[in-house]
Amino acid sequence: MTNTPSLHQTVDHWSRFTLRQRLMRYGGLLFTLLIVAWALSSIDVIWEWVWDAPTQMGDLFGRMLPPDPSNLPSILEAIWQTVNIATLATMFAVVVSLPVAYISAQNTTPNRVTLWIGRFILVSSRSVNTIIWALLFVAIFGPGIVAGIVAIMFRSIGFLGKLLGEAIEEIDQKPVEALEACGASRFKIVLYAIVPQVMPAFFAVAILRWDINLRESTVLGLVGAGGIGMILQGAIDTFNWPEVSTVLLTILALVVFGEVVSSYMRRRIL
Amino acid sequence: MLKISKLTKRYGAGDPVLKELDLTVEGDQLTSVIGSSGAGKSTLLRCINRLVEPTSGSVDLNGTEFTTLNRRELRTARRRIGMVFQSFNLIDRLTVMENVQSGRLGYISTWAALTRRYPREDIRHAYELMERVGIAHYADRRADELSGGERQRVGVVRALMQRPEILLADEPTASLDPKTSEQIMSLLRDLASELKLPVIINIHNVTEAKEYSDRIVGMRYGRIIFDDRPDRLDKPEMDEIYAGVPAMDRAEVGAVA
Amino acid sequence: MSMARTTWRKPPFIKNPTLRYGLYAAVTIYVVFTLATLPIDWDRVSDGMRRAQRIFNGAFPPNFERSGLLIDGFLESLKIAILATVGGIALSVPLAFMAARNVSIKPVYLLGRGIIIVARSFHPVIVAIIFVKAVGFGPFAGALTLVVYSIGFVAKLLAERIEEIDFGQVEAMRSVGAGFLSTLVYAVVPQIMPRLVGLGIYQLDSNLRASAVVGIVGAGGIGATLANAFGRYDYDFALAITMVIVGVILLSEAVSGFIRKQIA
Repeated sequence: MTNTPSLHQTVDHWSRFTLRQRLMRYGGLLFTLLIVAWALSSIDVIWEWVWDAPTQMGDLFGRMLPPDPSNLPSILEAIWQTVNIATLATMFAVVVSLPVAYISAQNTTPNRVTLWIGRFILVSSRSVNTIIWALLFVAIFGPGIVAGIVAIMFRSIGFLGKLLGEAIEEIDQKPVEALEACGASRFKIVLYAIVPQVMPAFFAVAILRWDINLRESTVLGLVGAGGIGMILQGAIDTFNWPEVSTVLLTILALVVFGEVVSSYMRRRIL
Repeated sequence: MLKISKLTKRYGAGDPVLKELDLTVEGDQLTSVIGSSGAGKSTLLRCINRLVEPTSGSVDLNGTEFTTLNRRELRTARRRIGMVFQSFNLIDRLTVMENVQSGRLGYISTWAALTRRYPREDIRHAYELMERVGIAHYADRRADELSGGERQRVGVVRALMQRPEILLADEPTASLDPKTSEQIMSLLRDLASELKLPVIINIHNVTEAKEYSDRIVGMRYGRIIFDDRPDRLDKPEMDEIYAGVPAMDRAEVGAVA
Repeated sequence: MSMARTTWRKPPFIKNPTLRYGLYAAVTIYVVFTLATLPIDWDRVSDGMRRAQRIFNGAFPPNFERSGLLIDGFLESLKIAILATVGGIALSVPLAFMAARNVSIKPVYLLGRGIIIVARSFHPVIVAIIFVKAVGFGPFAGALTLVVYSIGFVAKLLAERIEEIDFGQVEAMRSVGAGFLSTLVYAVVPQIMPRLVGLGIYQLDSNLRASAVVGIVGAGGIGATLANAFGRYDYDFALAITMVIVGVILLSEAVSGFIRKQIA
């Protein structure tokens, strides 16, 4: 890191970085500043609104207090629906993602064509956001929980398939070799040498995705795909701010609940 | 009887790792293959059951020519060759019994494999063999809970579950401490004579090879340059087999003669 | 060897049989019940299939004619993401120190953790709706949303990194009589700096992704362009936008992965 001065010179100067390193750092900083300046100067905002924002925010949160629990029964029902969307979608996605992971892992895929099919499925599922999937499926299935489940499922397949595929690629090949030497068929090798090795990753990934899906399910209702988001949208549209804050608190409780459950399951299973 | 003739293996365009090699093993002989790293020992063993595809030559086990089998036939034929590995190659997260039964995967139905409902005869046989090598009380334990020597015993039992006609062992003691490694060697020797099973062992430790084998094969640069009883292996032969190996590595190999 | 055993069962994962079968039963009942009560209206679905076909027919081929609009939308998303990342990190650093158990005092720690939990719990779309209502439509609401989103991620991981620091260096600084601030600058900041830079680059990538979504509820950027196209039944333009979003996301993922690998 430091430049070593020659022994003949008297050392009265020290710097942490070489000149080149320092130039790189200043250059990086300057570049960042320029980018930020560009973004700030050209972004299309009405600055009066920005200066006004703290007042507006305070005003809004003031109107949310105190939370109004009168609609709590239907909020809780919607929360239950949200949990169901996340759980069912995760279960379906896990089932579908298994073969996708199998064909998109380099060491198990039957051939190059299947590898690319698998990768294509993963990329298209992962890059399209849940909300966009939901827009599409609401158009197909009509508003409601079914569109939500399918949307969450489509988004989860890519996530689960990618992580499971990576887990398959990281397995120890030695047991596979041993079972090949025993004359076991391909399917039995998968069953005995690959499945047990991937099992911990499988559960970890499924639990993680369930936790993420709980959060994602809370917004499905905003595009009409069921769950708590429907009620939130309704309350916002009617400027019923005390109810909005009740819904937000319920969502907070749901997310914390999800985190507690998933960390408990991780500890039990792994 | 295993009869290997003119076996050649070449990786890519380089010099062949095995050069027209001939070897015949029969009866309940325990044959040790010695030689420095890179002499082709491991490739030789893996060419026998075609874990490594030989380039040319013939491998004949009791009348079956292995090199010309198609995939399906090869799978059936591999059941007849048991193999034991240097790093045991067990499935860590499965129980000892499942590991042992995985040796029977070539025989049992997929349903039985999936539900772990193994045939009664296989279970009886498994307990018998585990009892023989002293691991029967571990049947329900996970394989990764066992010590190295115990794990290699599981590996041996898995290979024997196949009721093989020959047993191949690729450096079976290289990952074990000296005491355990002697136990495994004497186990392999005893099993060879009890089960009338020819055994071929790749081994680094010449002292152990001399003590436990009926026959020693010395390899160098893909050729067999020594093939005789252990007591005929003396310093000149050793020097030839390990010629060019730095003194440090020789010490590791074990002082002989 | 006393008696030849001919049976073997795999030891069950859950030892207690009551608990085991109880769990199986509970899971079965839950799945059957929730599936059975799913309100699937098959007439609506078959109707929807026709609708889906119309959408797809309308979407192909994708229409890139209004690429000017597309590029403007993207530049806006990029600006939102950059400003939100800078703002988010600026807020995350003090918040992370507040929420690190080893450098903070108990009440401040609890406050810091509380803010992070709240920021993490709400999906950006929900945050965006609230901000849109509070400060009006447009990129400013989007940037605020993503600042909150960045805090939830960057502050949490940074706080965890601060909790893992080597405390010997802090003690060394204190032993030479350094004040609180110089202790932070000399003993803590150098240890967390690499992580902060890595998180910042990762978060820029995440924010770019998220900005495409929050636009759907009116918070500016390419998402707003997409929502407009969808709302006006311009499915061919919507498909073009979606394809470009996917492309940009893949590109930015690759770039951010490359930079982080270079730094690490």
